[in-house]
Amino acid sequence: MADATATVVTPAKRAKPAPRSRLRKFFEKKSTIAFFMALPLILLIFTLVIYPAFYAIYLTTLNKRMTATAWMKNCTYLPDWICTNIPFGNLQFLLTRETFWMVFWQSCLFAISAVIFKALIGFVVSHFVHNVPTKGQRKWRGMLLVPWVIPAAMSTLAWQWLFDPSYSAFNWILAQFDVERVSWTGVAHWARFSVILVNVWIGAPFFMIMYLAALKSVPDQLYEAAEIDGANWWQRIWYVTLPMMRNIIAITALFSTIVTFANFDIVRILTAGGPLDKTHLFATWSFRLGIEGGDIPLGATVSLFMVPILAVAAAFILRDVTRRGNEA
Amino acid sequence: MAKKRITRRQFVAGAMASTAVLGMPYVSSAQSAGKLSVGLWDHWVPGANDASKKVIDAWAAKNKVEVTVDYIPSQGNKNLLTIAAEAQAKAGHDIMAMPTWWPHAQSDLLEPVNDIMAEMIKKLGNVNGTSEYLGKLGDKWLAVPATIGSQLKGPCSRIDLMKQHAGIDIQALYPAGAPPKADSWNFDTFLKAAEACHKGGKPFGIGLGETSDSVDTAGAFMQSFGAALVDAKGNVTVKSDAVRQWLEYSVKLAKFFPADAPAWDDASNNKWLVAGNGALIMNPPSAWAVAKRDAPQIAEQCWTHGFPAGAKGRFAPFLPYFWSIWSFGKNKSAAKQLLVALSEPDAIASFVAASGGYDIPNFDKMTTLPTWANEGPPKGTLYHYPNPHNHQQLSITAAPAPPKIAQQIYVQATPTKMITRHLQGEPMEKTLAWAESEVEGFLR
Repeated sequence: MADATATVVTPAKRAKPAPRSRLRKFFEKKSTIAFFMALPLILLIFTLVIYPAFYAIYLTTLNKRMTATAWMKNCTYLPDWICTNIPFGNLQFLLTRETFWMVFWQSCLFAISAVIFKALIGFVVSHFVHNVPTKGQRKWRGMLLVPWVIPAAMSTLAWQWLFDPSYSAFNWILAQFDVERVSWTGVAHWARFSVILVNVWIGAPFFMIMYLAALKSVPDQLYEAAEIDGANWWQRIWYVTLPMMRNIIAITALFSTIVTFANFDIVRILTAGGPLDKTHLFATWSFRLGIEGGDIPLGATVSLFMVPILAVAAAFILRDVTRRGNEA
Repeated sequence: MAKKRITRRQFVAGAMASTAVLGMPYVSSAQSAGKLSVGLWDHWVPGANDASKKVIDAWAAKNKVEVTVDYIPSQGNKNLLTIAAEAQAKAGHDIMAMPTWWPHAQSDLLEPVNDIMAEMIKKLGNVNGTSEYLGKLGDKWLAVPATIGSQLKGPCSRIDLMKQHAGIDIQALYPAGAPPKADSWNFDTFLKAAEACHKGGKPFGIGLGETSDSVDTAGAFMQSFGAALVDAKGNVTVKSDAVRQWLEYSVKLAKFFPADAPAWDDASNNKWLVAGNGALIMNPPSAWAVAKRDAPQIAEQCWTHGFPAGAKGRFAPFLPYFWSIWSFGKNKSAAKQLLVALSEPDAIASFVAASGGYDIPNFDKMTTLPTWANEGPPKGTLYHYPNPHNHQQLSITAAPAPPKIAQQIYVQATPTKMITRHLQGEPMEKTLAWAESEVEGFLR
């Protein structure tokens, strides 16, 4: 007992810890450590995304020779003193061009139709794969991902051979059935069909794998309950599967819309925007004007035109996702 | 032996002088050696880069300059991207190879080369009109017209098919080693031949796409009608009789082109010839060179020759390359001396030989080198390729418009788009109105 008493150290006798410096405290904070760990990524994003984005905005304010500011002029909707002090002369010029509006329309057509088809195909195929017995499922998943895994430029080159104006493999097959050859990339509607088809071919596996992951997370009990309630196949899809996949569908669609809208490689390789500019998208037209045509400010303006459109689409879809998240 | 003592003052002065000498900035000149960075076009003829490397290495060794050469390909427009990037960064190579329109597009950033051009013209003869139009701004030479990469896109005909379907002996019109006897080779003959070959199942392989082969051909026809979308003063001249005549003729002719001509790119016509599908294409001898390798029986029947003549003359598309010196280059004097070395007659002859006759010098006295006369089979097939008898006027689409406007017309392929639109049924006046609106946009 006496020993025990002897070992007790009263608080008054305890050695005072050395006061930690403020700097040390700062570096020991979780938020500081997190910041420093993320710093390489932040620097990378700043160098490769933020700086180029602001530089592109700066470029849009310059004239064709990049020697002066491209002020707006002759605005009918603004007083002259405001109009002539806004450096969006390139944008003002673009909005008066017939080709610009055609490219705008084509970009929307390309992105919307490609995303819809990718989503539909991805949905259907993911159900097929989901129903394949677990043992063989991995092989199917692997094979179906191949179009997405191959670099787009490479697979588009293969498609280019299939659609070649003179030596199309598809036309050879059609010829075997006495069907007239199709000018796949020479006629506007076929050329648009071709670029959309290639985009769908490349992008559908991404939807498939995302939807498959979502399907696997739907509890079986929900289907069992629905079945007990007498729900048929369609009702199970409509009232169980789709509501459970809503957020994944929305986010996948948003992500794909952004990537598809900004697509460059497929169109550039397959049609280079032709015939008669009927397959140009914002990115390819921007390259044509800025790099090939030597008008970098105008090219930058075209490419930046995508930003507000995509930002609005993203805001709408993400708002919906957040709302549904809150409901849950 | 008397010892000379150095005072403290003398020591300090000496030390300061030494420091100043050691720390002086290095002034580069060929005599004082230095470094030089060169960006050349990556030739698509295998082995052709070796010829330029040999000349550069020899010059570098002689002048004790450390030269770095980068061969930049034009596939995927990598050369245009490099030019744009270096212009933005104001840093990069000292010498940069630039195609057609780029010396004018970058004119503010290029070192004038009047001094060396005067020397070259004296030695090699006058520069052809197209190279002067593209390489000169007012009195200022923006760049040196380069042999490497400069090309002419005249017709390459199949001797047998032209005889068989159109009854034309193309070798008689353009005999090897002799001036052309091609007065009858005009637009009427060309149209009839196109129709006959089309009927015979071997159509002329001329594209209506948006790449340079198609645009060059359309532009040469346009100039042979005396037509221009914008004149030399920058006035829009789309709605002129000459443009209407050109468009009418071009659509008549285009009806005999392959049905998918609007989708053709620069590889399509080559494939067309090599596959034996047609009687004529408009191309430099690269297609013939591929045929020589892959389909020798077709190569033996190919003959490169001049353009047909129109009402206002005989024009052939010429696409020159240039060697330019950036104004922000660090060793301009050495750069100029290297360009002189690259433009020596022996160097030019070696470039032409290494490219199998593909490259064409831009100077008058250099278009009769033995390479073109000797290349074959058939021997003499390239004799008329470099226009040795000045039988035709070398031109580029959209000239004589001011180059910065012409570049837009060229890059946007306005001439071939006009033909395609009208060919697909759009009324001529509507096509002209569209073209006028496009061109007005290019004037901004």
